[in-house]
Amino acid sequence: MKLKSIAAGVALSLGASVISISAMAAETIKVGVLHSLSGTMAISETTLKDTVLMMVEEQNKKGGLLGKQLEAVVVDPASNWPLFAEKTRELLTKENVDVIFGCWTSVSRKSALPVLEELNGLMFYPVQYEGEESSKNVFYTGAAPNQQAIPAVDYLANDLGVERWVLAGTDYVYPRTTNKILEAYLKSKGVAAEDIMINYTPFGHSDWQSIVSDIKKFGGEGKKTAVVSTINGDANVPFYKELGNQGISSEDIPVVAFSVGEEELSGLDTKPLVGHLAAWNYFQSVENDANTAFIKQWKAFTSEERVTNDPMEATYIGFNMWANAVTKAGTTDVDAVEQAMIGQETPNLTGGVAVMNKNHHLSKPVLIGEIQDNGQFEVVWETDGVVAGDAWSDFLPGSKDLISDWTSPTKCGNYNTVTKACSGSN
Amino acid sequence: MRRLFAILCCYVATSLTSVHADEPMTTVDADPATLTTVSPLPSDPVAEPVSVETLLQSLTEVKLSKALPVLKQLESLGGVALLPMFKGMLEGDLYFVKSSKEVVMISTIKGELTAQGVLSKQPLPGVSKNQLKKIRVNNKLRGFLRQAIARLQISHPDASKRLAAVQALLTHLSDETIATLERVRPQEQDEDVQAMIDLALALHQSDSADPAVRLAAVYVMADSLESDARNKLVKIIEHDTDPKVKAAATKALKQINEEIEFYGFIDQLFFGLSLGSVLLLAAIGLAITFGVMGVINMAHGEMIMLGAYTTYVVQLMMPNAIEYSLWVAIPLAFVVSGLVGVLIERGVIRHLHGRPLETLLATFGISLILQQLVRSVFSPLNRQVASPEWMSGTLDINPILSLTLNRLYILAFALLVFGLLLLILRKTSLGLNVRAVSQNRDMAKAMGIRTDWVDAMTFGLGSGIAGIAGVALSQLTNVGPNLGQAYIIDSFMVVVFGGVGNLWGTLVAAFSLGVANKFLEPVTGAVLASIFVLIFIILFIQKRPKGLFPQKGRAAE
Repeated sequence: MKLKSIAAGVALSLGASVISISAMAAETIKVGVLHSLSGTMAISETTLKDTVLMMVEEQNKKGGLLGKQLEAVVVDPASNWPLFAEKTRELLTKENVDVIFGCWTSVSRKSALPVLEELNGLMFYPVQYEGEESSKNVFYTGAAPNQQAIPAVDYLANDLGVERWVLAGTDYVYPRTTNKILEAYLKSKGVAAEDIMINYTPFGHSDWQSIVSDIKKFGGEGKKTAVVSTINGDANVPFYKELGNQGISSEDIPVVAFSVGEEELSGLDTKPLVGHLAAWNYFQSVENDANTAFIKQWKAFTSEERVTNDPMEATYIGFNMWANAVTKAGTTDVDAVEQAMIGQETPNLTGGVAVMNKNHHLSKPVLIGEIQDNGQFEVVWETDGVVAGDAWSDFLPGSKDLISDWTSPTKCGNYNTVTKACSGSN
Repeated sequence: MRRLFAILCCYVATSLTSVHADEPMTTVDADPATLTTVSPLPSDPVAEPVSVETLLQSLTEVKLSKALPVLKQLESLGGVALLPMFKGMLEGDLYFVKSSKEVVMISTIKGELTAQGVLSKQPLPGVSKNQLKKIRVNNKLRGFLRQAIARLQISHPDASKRLAAVQALLTHLSDETIATLERVRPQEQDEDVQAMIDLALALHQSDSADPAVRLAAVYVMADSLESDARNKLVKIIEHDTDPKVKAAATKALKQINEEIEFYGFIDQLFFGLSLGSVLLLAAIGLAITFGVMGVINMAHGEMIMLGAYTTYVVQLMMPNAIEYSLWVAIPLAFVVSGLVGVLIERGVIRHLHGRPLETLLATFGISLILQQLVRSVFSPLNRQVASPEWMSGTLDINPILSLTLNRLYILAFALLVFGLLLLILRKTSLGLNVRAVSQNRDMAKAMGIRTDWVDAMTFGLGSGIAGIAGVALSQLTNVGPNLGQAYIIDSFMVVVFGGVGNLWGTLVAAFSLGVANKFLEPVTGAVLASIFVLIFIILFIQKRPKGLFPQKGRAAE
């Protein structure tokens, strides 16, 4: 893989001079792909690179955009956060890409963000995240906390009668912010402080014995208990294994996860996990014509055993919206496309229509699914309509007065509705 | 007419019991007494005519959210006869034939799918999976099924089944269940089941209006470690008006809490030992290559990873014999990792002898190459390694102390590997040569020992042991390209802490680090616990640079 990408890199840099000459003859629209293809995040991000490549291929079959063919430029930031900034700069200055699809972790996005704003680039970010951000140069097509965490907690409290909460997460910015929001939300609903247990573990934590045993004890005190898990990627497998081993079933203490999707489950024996929950905006199992077509296309593009997941749908929506916005604006100029993006509507894969709001976040439906023994999710609950993504949480004291509105005359990512001022930074 | 009435009565009664058995408590209630008020019955989608056949039929058509009333009727009509069906449904083995709507149970025997009609009990020949559709269940239904199975199994001939049944019913005791329990109590012969039934009855009686009855109930609960009993005692202390009952409950609770504390300590000790055994397995191979040979092998973690991937490949090749796959994987992983180790030693490390910095960099490079190799061959995604049936589950000692079986096996396995390694080093000629070379290379050479060969064998042995560790770790954690990286730092920590070149030191270091980590964790959290352990080791090494058990004598210099 690494050799391949090095070879590709050499070929690219050799070819760069050739391309710039031949660009006169056959001009293309360049699509930058900024996903890690090596290192720890490769496990999740390679899938999204393939998704973008598939979308580009399909768009080209339809005749490209504005009469030009699309050309994907793939770089590998190698799960190395500062490298995301460097690669962004490379894509924008050396490759002159018109748009970037990329990033997974929040820290990689935060690393690329200053470069995007400095060079006025355009990026689509396809992963659920902690919110508290809205940049003119980024469109957030994953879920904000109010499109994933809050509905999930509501479901547990209302439908399953949960009264005690374990907020378990990996120790970094997304779980910490999400748990802060959830804690404030639960307390506003009258949950006592002693009924909330918060626990953080390092990345890749593998020895869950005592934590699971604590959860068991916490849940054995007579009140219905649930675990809200923001545990990231790799650490989930040993966590669920330990739950199974200690005999905690989903009826006793259900776990609702925000980072576990079809892809994560594909490396896992799901028998002991059956009945645990996940909250997303998309599940592969949702029966819908658009989804069936998408899954078929994906399997044809990769291989039969590959699965689809929520960030892939977010990439799909982001790409289609961008293509529509470019067509509408008649140019790939960042400012024109940015304005054309707002209000864009495109069908999402689970039925219904996703809308891009003024704050660069989507309106999407929220689904809650139970894990099945075939590694898929069975939808057990969904929101009535779509939920608009909220960039600034209403449950945190620091951000409840902030809104984001990128249309005239506000044109601000963090407009304070009380002081009527835009603080400028995000 | 009378029969119909009886059925109706029965249905209403069971629905009532199940309504507050399965409907989750609403957020406002506090007093269990209010729970006995009747909530309205869910509307019945299949009114007439009611027979098991039609109910089963409707189970194939009804929406997931409407399936609960159907199941309740099935329980009251079908009774014990439907027990296998309920169990199958809970396990997710209940399907129906798409064309005929016949409900069947499926099972896979020797890789072949067989389906059996639930009512006809006749096997359906030549059914393939795509002719069947699954009858889906969700958590609510699973909760109900578990309760229903418990209710139906209350007079099961097997005492352990009865015990589990009564235990499952403890949390949701209804008048119906109590009546049943009172009925079966006199016939019960098994002591454990008797005690459990008595506890259930006591839990019920503790709501009685008569203080004397409540007091007696408290005395029964005092002897139990079930969490339901403890929760009840807490409630009694909070709400009971009778001072005598209150005092008895306080005393009982104190005694129970003391016991819980004691068992909690044992639990934690076990967690610590189990973490220690994982550390021991990961580090013991390194103790040989680093400790005995003095080679800093950064690719040690990747040897563990190769072992884990070997397990994966073995399971791929024998999908129908997962139970035995580990026994095949252990020697195979030893051979695979051992061979790779010998290759690395012959190809790279041999040429860098006596240059530790270069060795470190070269082996680090090798580790990256191996990781990327695995990524290219097996994909960057984690691979699924199944746990054999005999390794899952727990060893229940009492209601609050249960040891997980996989950890228990791995603990025993680690000690076994340690013992074997010790034997090899002490009793075999290879061991003798290894010790001779590690003590004084030149002298050993002069005595006619082929040091080259001994080096390669030692490195192979250390790597092979790492491969075996990989098999064990595949049962606990992710099998992916990064598996090795997670353990390399810990392994070095254990070896350095224990004293380089001393296997016993490695053993003591692994277990003491494991136990220290697990006792710190509840106080400080997992993140800080590992930081504290690291700081402790740094300070310790400052004070005693040669670790817990330094090698003595000339060889050490």
